[in-house]
Amino acid sequence: MKRLLPVLPALWLAAFVLLPVILTLKISLSTPATAQPPYLPVLDWSAGIEGWGSFLEALDFTNFETLASDALYRDAALSSVTLAAIATTILALIGTPIALAMARAPERWQPRLVALLIVPFWTSFLIRIYAWIAILKPEGLLSAGLMKLGLIARPLEILNSQGAVLIGLTYAYLPFMVLPLYAVLTKLDPRLPEAAADLGAGPTRVFWTVTLPLARPGLTAGALLCFVPMVGEFIIPDLLGGSDTLMLGRVLWSEFFSNRDWPLASAVAILVLVLVVGPLILFREDEAPEREARR
Amino acid sequence: MRALDRIALTCGLGFLYAPILILVIYSFNASALVTVWGGFSTRWYGVLVADVPLREAAGISLVVALASAALATVFGTLAALALDRGGRFAGRRVFLGLIYAPLVMPEVITGLSLLLLFVGFGLDRGLLTLVVAHATLGLGFVAVIVGARLRGLDRSLEEAAADLGAAPARVFATVTLPLIAPSLAAAFLLAFTLSLDDLVIASFVSGPGATTLPMRLYSQVRLGVNPEINAASTLLVGTVTAIALTASWLTGRKGSA
Repeated sequence: MKRLLPVLPALWLAAFVLLPVILTLKISLSTPATAQPPYLPVLDWSAGIEGWGSFLEALDFTNFETLASDALYRDAALSSVTLAAIATTILALIGTPIALAMARAPERWQPRLVALLIVPFWTSFLIRIYAWIAILKPEGLLSAGLMKLGLIARPLEILNSQGAVLIGLTYAYLPFMVLPLYAVLTKLDPRLPEAAADLGAGPTRVFWTVTLPLARPGLTAGALLCFVPMVGEFIIPDLLGGSDTLMLGRVLWSEFFSNRDWPLASAVAILVLVLVVGPLILFREDEAPEREARR
Repeated sequence: MRALDRIALTCGLGFLYAPILILVIYSFNASALVTVWGGFSTRWYGVLVADVPLREAAGISLVVALASAALATVFGTLAALALDRGGRFAGRRVFLGLIYAPLVMPEVITGLSLLLLFVGFGLDRGLLTLVVAHATLGLGFVAVIVGARLRGLDRSLEEAAADLGAAPARVFATVTLPLIAPSLAAAFLLAFTLSLDDLVIASFVSGPGATTLPMRLYSQVRLGVNPEINAASTLLVGTVTAIALTASWLTGRKGSA
């Protein structure tokens, strides 16, 4: 009975997570064609070993060569990683004081604060990003407010820029940074910072030498939860970034929907997976022993 | 320090909620200009009610969300049980990886790879492919939520039932299931809202005649800000917030995680 438990979910996951990724890898190595579906070659199962032979012969690395040589894709990859890294850094900087404040809040308030942080995560992503258009556009609320205060003379040209994308990324992923940090900080033994303070360390020194090193697993988890999906983000650069902001998620989208180049879109997907799987493996090696120890 | 904490919380929560509040307020704007306040009015809700394609899209989204959340809850719970109770079965690490993959995988990749699968097997894109894709997305979240509850469960209750002669199936139905029921409900609700919310995966795997609400909203958002979208968004935000509060109430009871 117990042995049968994993069978059904494992079959589902193999069919709808593993197989699709393998298929994407395969199609990223095929040639685009004006057919339905628009790619060659398809592995002919019925041809047996010969089918595999002709399949391997027809493998085509041009898509990856295109990705490597065309400046468009290099720029997109570079700006995806850069924007995701900057936004993750900003999130760490603003997320840490928020998580710390939550962990130090009165205990009966803490579940409510967590709920307040989670509710926006449940609220439509599309709508939350759309809300920023009305705020950031030149005749929008931000420019109007700042002009009324006399801080700026002319409306800000911030919508359709990388700055707007950074604001959107920071906004959308804030809970993903704060919650893992909070989870670690709330379990932290309050006697440790107290002991450091008793021994004469100032609040700043306590933070840098005691609290922050102990909160590191939360910071790493939060950074990964933010960085990984950000690299492949589509909605934020599409709605806030204008035509100048290229990110890999958006390039994949337009290769697929506008150019109908499925093999190239698949190659972009594989590239993102490699960019994303890299940090995940590093994280695993870093965190796995600690997690085992906690069991 | 206390004052600094208060500032951090106020700014953080203000940053999270201000844009949503502004959106809701401007959905009651009489003016057609989104950034000029023209007095209170519910005219955009009237426009919304008369918008037949949008209503149809909402209907499709609801059907897909219900079906996919049900599937995700069943398979996600089985996955959580397997991880918690199944011992060290072969391929446990791969299994774990496959559960967590959809949680962090960029949506464009999930969408594209599932589409390639459906096309490869000659499945027509439509309601069925949407349900399968969203169930796969929700499965991992369900497994995480139910898994957390299972780990916090007092095993002695199940052992007591077994000692008193209950067969494993009866132990599960009369002891385990009632104990994890709140987390099942919360997980179902999360899977439901994830499906209701998804634009990217749906755009890949859906076909003609199966336009979901986010797809419909997105095509209008592309044309610029318009007050009718604000009204639609307000309704959606209200619905989802109610669901989220219910779920957090369900998981928050009796100190469960």
